[in-house]
Amino acid sequence: MRYAMAVDTKKCVGCSDCVVACQTENKVPIGFCRDWVVEVTDGTYPQLEIEIRSERCNHCDNSPCVRCCPTGASHYADGGVVLVTHDMCIGCGACIASCPYDARYPHPDGYVDKCTFCLENRVQKGLNPACVSVCPTKCMYFGDLDDPNSSVSVILKKRKFKTLIPEAGTMPQLYFLI
Amino acid sequence: MNHLIDPNLHIWHWQIPLYLFAGGLAAGILFFAALNTILGRKEKYPVSVKLSPFIAPVLLIIGLSALFIDLNHKLYFWRLYTTIRLQSPMSWGAWTLMIITPLSFIWCGLNIKEILPKWDWKYKVLIDLEAFLRKYELVIAWLILIYALILGVYTGILFSAFNARPLWNTSILGPLFLTSGLSTAAAVIVLMSKSQLERHYFARIDLMLIGIEIFLIIHMFMGFLASTQVHIDAANLFLGGPYTTPFWLFVVSLGLVIPAILEILELLHYKMPAWIAPVLVLFGGLMFRFIIANAGQASRWLY
Ligand code: SF4
Ligand code: SF4
Repeated sequence: MRYAMAVDTKKCVGCSDCVVACQTENKVPIGFCRDWVVEVTDGTYPQLEIEIRSERCNHCDNSPCVRCCPTGASHYADGGVVLVTHDMCIGCGACIASCPYDARYPHPDGYVDKCTFCLENRVQKGLNPACVSVCPTKCMYFGDLDDPNSSVSVILKKRKFKTLIPEAGTMPQLYFLI
Repeated sequence: MNHLIDPNLHIWHWQIPLYLFAGGLAAGILFFAALNTILGRKEKYPVSVKLSPFIAPVLLIIGLSALFIDLNHKLYFWRLYTTIRLQSPMSWGAWTLMIITPLSFIWCGLNIKEILPKWDWKYKVLIDLEAFLRKYELVIAWLILIYALILGVYTGILFSAFNARPLWNTSILGPLFLTSGLSTAAAVIVLMSKSQLERHYFARIDLMLIGIEIFLIIHMFMGFLASTQVHIDAANLFLGGPYTTPFWLFVVSLGLVIPAILEILELLHYKMPAWIAPVLVLFGGLMFRFIIANAGQASRWLY
């Protein structure tokens, strides 16, 4: 099993509903977020192109955050989802420094927190992650890459996609449809 | 990119560079103590073997306290010691300190009569323990030598293991921080020693270490400039970017070049206050760690 997510940059309108849904679902403390929306403008006027991306932890296959964690708090859970066990985390910050996507933040309670793909609270109950469910343009697809019929597998077969800084070697599992 | 997370991204503040400075200095001091013991130069260079090691446990405790203050989830500190994670430099560091700190206390215990001639262990167990450990002094010296080297290299590897921060992601930081730690240790011995023989010996060692450091720094920049755009950007933090002045002024000029010139002049028997060069070396070593820690967190991949 390999959970992954695809985000359609052509459909995303940058409304940030996914951010708020995640903050509500996961009780993310005020001032922090586990997912965020990026708007990138390319080109020179008048030939401009905008790309809007909803970003979060890439649940990398080769995660520097798991490798550098001195206690094993950061680990691979079901389907390759990268999770942090709160009562094993000492809050040393090594994983925050190690993530090229800056996907982690220090939770005010001491441990380090980040996107969980809503693994335990939703996915294992058969639901989609909160961000995917709430998106008004339905621009996100979530599922198991090992299952050829999952929505993420189907869309990745149909569309062109990219990942973010693949050259950093982390093998990210967040795919952006372009 | 992530504006809500960015202000918190500067995750390592003063604690980590201080921890690395204290660790590197302690490693250097213990290294010289062990080395001169193994080479049978105990009486020739007594300060390095018997006196300066008394600073090492203090430094290690300062370093460990700084690391502890840095942790956000302090109550779970012990989790570091329920597992060994070979791929995590933090884990290596925690375990190395766990071993070298008691060794440094043992070393001080074996030498305490040198500085407090009236010292009495009082209890029979302690007297027996001292006699027992003294028999194995050479073994302990070897252990200290090896663990001091691991600690010294680790202070650099802690940074270089982070591929996400291009400035840190160079394995030269390991030998560079080791050399810098040894150089600050030689400076401390020069400061503490009253014998000219020992002072000149360590001033010469320091001079050599400064030379190696400059060589490694040049190589670090050559490596960056020959690499990808993000590595070139990382080097540019020091070549025109925001860290240019602190790095070239505090680390390279005040911390390496000027003390090297002063040490050469002293070895040529020019009269000058002997404390200036070593103090500058210590200052440069401390600044070096602060600058690399901060600049590394400012360097990143582009996307
Ligand atoms: S995106 Fe960052 S936090 Fe998430 S798995 Fe990759 S390296 Fe770890
Ligand atoms: S902050 Fe926690 S999860 Fe991150 S590396 Fe340290 S112990 Fe591991």
